[in-house]
Order: sequence, then structure tokens, then C-alpha cells
Amino acid sequence: MQEIRNYTMNFGPQHPAAHGVLRLVMEMDGETIVRADPHVGLLHRGTEKLAESKPFNQSIGYMDRLDYVSMMCNEHAYVKAIENLLGIEAPERAQYIRTMFDEITRILNHLMWIGSNALDLGAMAVFLYAFREREELMDVYEAVSGARMHATYYRPGGVYRDLPAQMSQYRESPWHKGKDLKRINSWREGSMLDYLEAFTADFPSKVDEYEDLLTTNRIWKQRTVGIGVISPELAQQWGMTGVMLRGSGVAWDLRKKQPYAKYAEMDFDIPVGVGGDCYDRYLCRVEEMRQSNRIIQQCVKWLKANPGPVMVQNFKVAPPSRVEMKEDMEAMIHHFKLFTEGYCVPAGETYAAVEAPKGEFGCYLVSDGANKPFRVHLRAPGFAHLSSMDTIVRGHMLADVVAMIGTYDLVFGEVDR
Amino acid sequence: MSDTPATSLAERLAARFGDTLSISTQRNEITAELAAADLIAVATALRDEPGFRFSELIDLCGIDYLGYGQTEWETDTAAGDGFSRGVEGQAMGRFDWAGRPRGSGDNQPRRFAAVIHLLSIEHNRRLRLRVFCADDSLPVVPSLTLVWPGVNWFEREAFDLYGIIFDGHPDLRRILTDYGFVGHPFRKDFPLIGNVEVRYDPEQKRVIYEPVSIEPRVLVPRTIRNDADLMQAKAEAADHWREN
Repeated sequence: MQEIRNYTMNFGPQHPAAHGVLRLVMEMDGETIVRADPHVGLLHRGTEKLAESKPFNQSIGYMDRLDYVSMMCNEHAYVKAIENLLGIEAPERAQYIRTMFDEITRILNHLMWIGSNALDLGAMAVFLYAFREREELMDVYEAVSGARMHATYYRPGGVYRDLPAQMSQYRESPWHKGKDLKRINSWREGSMLDYLEAFTADFPSKVDEYEDLLTTNRIWKQRTVGIGVISPELAQQWGMTGVMLRGSGVAWDLRKKQPYAKYAEMDFDIPVGVGGDCYDRYLCRVEEMRQSNRIIQQCVKWLKANPGPVMVQNFKVAPPSRVEMKEDMEAMIHHFKLFTEGYCVPAGETYAAVEAPKGEFGCYLVSDGANKPFRVHLRAPGFAHLSSMDTIVRGHMLADVVAMIGTYDLVFGEVDR
Repeated sequence: MSDTPATSLAERLAARFGDTLSISTQRNEITAELAAADLIAVATALRDEPGFRFSELIDLCGIDYLGYGQTEWETDTAAGDGFSRGVEGQAMGRFDWAGRPRGSGDNQPRRFAAVIHLLSIEHNRRLRLRVFCADDSLPVVPSLTLVWPGVNWFEREAFDLYGIIFDGHPDLRRILTDYGFVGHPFRKDFPLIGNVEVRYDPEQKRVIYEPVSIEPRVLVPRTIRNDADLMQAKAEAADHWREN
């Protein structure tokens, strides 16, 4: 008699559907998964240890590089932890700016997610469309910070600088000229807030386009409905947060339940799934994009009407202006101390969490009173989610693993840290 | 302050667990320290009892208290030509593998701890638990995998980075570091520059491991200053003296 045995298959780390560097060792019975063992850490950079060896402010840039598609949300958690220990609070305008950029980041993240998830499941076009809007929002990142992705824009005590009064425009070139140039610059005549206003007026129609491509698409539904069903109990046992938890019907969102920045003043809704499958999570994320759009509109309106400082006037934490520094001896000393030694954070420990696009992104910070953190631990939502992989995909088909990796919304920068 | 939610939870914890937990509240965050032997019983009660219902374990991480509160930058004497400035000690990033600090565990009896963050979705509460490991040379904490299965990878991570052993864990393998890695890299006595580096060797036609070639380097010394400066700055900011 012929003997049939399970065989072990290696998926990744160099696989386009592995979302970076996931190595998945799977034991297969035909096409059915018997056991899945994710191997992570291929992108481990020791961010937490590096942060322990540097003054507080120098690690903000590392936060961008954790979950590198939701950059400013990571910064927000770290900066919030430092502010907790210092006992300072950012000015109101800075808090509105942070709220706005958190939501811009959420849209950026969900666009990346919808594009790559659809691409994994066989729909090429969505990816190209999603990058169209991502470009527009990356220009906003660039306008405030000079960098398209790794912004390092949030600082303890506020944000690095105020929003620019003029949005950058395309110059005439062999590729952009005449009518075409006029069209692409039409949003860019005024300030960055005008640009964002035009974007938010236009964006819901773009979300409709993605939905046209996917929501009632027969193939899309065959690949996602009833796949990777997670019960609310299972989601809580495995420490899931964000859409992974809400898709299963648990109405839990830190922006509503433990509001930070200016979320308490915002009018928005939290979409919640019913069945806990990949399709429900897809619907939740699409609706979140629309809700984020609403929040951005409210922030733009407030920011246009209320100018003010964006950084605390505390020169032990925030640098004085260049002009002051050159005229005032004390300001110069503050500037020098801040950029050579940094600031000392009172001893203590805190845990600060934000609702990042992927779930709860937390920063556990222990200070012993020095100018460098004693211990930084970053709680990445993707790490908790991926650990449940084995439990969820057992009994599914190999192709469903790809749908599952997509719906986890994994980014290995944050899983591996 | 007495009727804030965090305080009432702290009171309920104290009433339920008594001396098992030593509870402190800072900035509305509750920290409860407990002995490793009590961990499983307390965790199960925190998860199941209707007054607590900490249904989610959000985070578990290791921490190494070696060198807590040590400063490298002392200005203790002043002379005509300025203050004494000296960087002393083997703090983070200043030593390599061969020169790593060893055998001076006597001043800090308990180095390793596991810190656990819990979340109750039903009551919208957070709680931090800290469990110190009794033995520095073999830090052991009971595993919580049977209480919250999601802790599995967090415990693997703490084992990998700090060498804390979680007793009863079903699959305590390394998770973040390389296959065949030696040492626990986040311990305070592990060099920041690491131990080995890899490169492709064209002669042997394979990737080889070599001792690291970079020099340890620290740009900013670790300093602890009295936060009187900060208080002063806060007072100044409150006065808006600069705007006058």
C-alpha cells in the first residue's frame, strides 16, 4: 500500500504575498494547512535597544521606521509616553494637527492595505488606483516635514513646525506643461489646508471607485467571505485590537473609549463587523477611510480658524526659535543644552497607546531620570495578530493563508522592530 | 483624586488580593507587583472575575534593571579652569563583547522582571503587573499561555531578548534574533554593537560570521539631572514671561 504523508512547505521570506519578510513554514495535508509556523525577526533592528542608547528626541525618527506605512501614529505613541512622564501637554493647535495627521496616516495605511491585499488576491488595478491617492497625501507629509514617509514631525510638546502657508506646486517640465500642468496644480494654489480641503471633498468618490472594483466583485467575495472567521472571544484571547477586533463585532476603539489628542471633540463613527471574516474586515477598513476623511475635514475647518502656537513654550523641552537663539544669551544656552544633552525625563514608567491603523500601538517607557530612556518597549499590533496565525489558518486552504496575511495588515517593520 | 476610576480599581484590587499585590498608582496608571508564585492564580482571577474581566493581555515585555539610575557624567569638583568632566563606567554602548561587564550583580539583587499590561474591554480599564525573577542567573517566571494564549509570542520575545524562562511555555524558542544566535541582546550587559557580523565570503562562496569590526561609540553621555530645572521651566512657562 502506498503511504501518504504530510509534507512541509516553506513560504517566503522572498514571496510577494509575504508582505515583506515573513517566512512561513507550513505542514500541509494536500492543500490543507495542518500547522503553520511563522518565522519572524528577519527585519529585527533592535529599535528598542537603540532607543535606550540615545537622548529621547533622537529616537522619534526610528518610530517612523517601525510600521513604515503608518508613520506618524507610531511617533504619536512614543511622543505621548514622553509627554506623560514630563507632565507637559501640547498646545491645542498641535493636538488638532496631530489628530489630522493621524487620520491622514490612517488613510495612507488603508490605501496601502487595500491595494496590496487586492493584489495578493488577484486584483491588480486596485493597487494602481490606491497609489494615486497615496501620492496626494504623501505630498502633505512632504509639505510639513520635508520627507514623504519618515517624517519625524511630532515632538514631545507639540509638532516640529506649523503648517505651511503655501502648498508646493509642480514646475513646468517636458512631462508637465500647458493644460496638464494647470490641472495638477489646481489644488495647489493656496495653503496646505486648502489642498487638504480639496482632497477631502474629492476622496469619497475615490473610495466609491475602490468599492466598485471590490465590494460586489464575485471573485473578491469568493476569496474573502467566510475566510478566517475570528470569534470575539478568540480575538480577545489573542490580544487583538483595531479592525481585527472590530471586524468580530467588538466595538472597541481607543479614539472613542480612551480619547487622546482631540478625538473627543470629533464627530465620527466606528464601523463594526458582524461575522468576523476577511470580508467584514475589508468593509470596516473601507468605512474607516470615509470616517477618517470626515475627521480631517473637521480638523481642517478648525485649523483654518484658529492660528496659535504648535509647540510648548518650555525651552527645557522645545528649542527656542532661531531668531531668539541669536539674540538672547539664555535662549542660546537652552538651544545648546537641548541639542547636545537633551532633556532629562523624571523617573517613572508609563504606557501610552494610540489607535494606529492596524490596532493598538503602545509605548511602554521607563525612565530613571536620565536624558535617555531606561527601557522602551513598543507594543506592535501586528506582532500580536500574527501570533494567532497558527490557530486561525488550521484547516484552511493554502490560498486562504494569503488572504489571511492580507487581512492581518502586516508590516514587518513593526512586527520585528 | 480619590474618586478617579483608577483609584477605585486599585481599592478593589487591594480588597480582593490583599498582600499578594503591592499596588501603586501614578498618573492614573496602576502598577501591581507580585511574586512569581502567585502569578497564575492572580491572572486567572483577573481574567474571570466579573469585577475585573481583564479579557485581553495587551503586552508582556522583559526588563533588565542592571544599571538603573546610574549616570556617566559627573561634575563634582570645580576649579579655576572649569568643572571636572568625566565619562565613567561601562554604560550602554561603551563596551564590546570581550569587555562586557560581568559578575557584579551584588548591588542590584533583582535584575530581571516581566512587565504585563492588561486591558479590560468590558470595564475600559488598564492594569500593569510586574513580576521580578528571584534568581539573576536563571530568571524564571511561570508562563501565562494557559490564561491568555496570545501571550505566547510575547513570552518568546522576552526569552529571546532577556533570557527570561517562562515555565510551562509550550514552545519557548527564539523569535526575533537570528537562527543560532548566542546571548540575549537586550540585556544591559550585552554590547550595543553586538557580537558578530556577517558577510559573504567570495573565496568560501558562502556567508560567514566574524567578530564585529566596529568600535563602540557613544555620542551623548547618559546624564541624570535633578528635575528642578524642569520645574523652573514649567513655572516660567506658566508666567508667560516671554510674551510680556
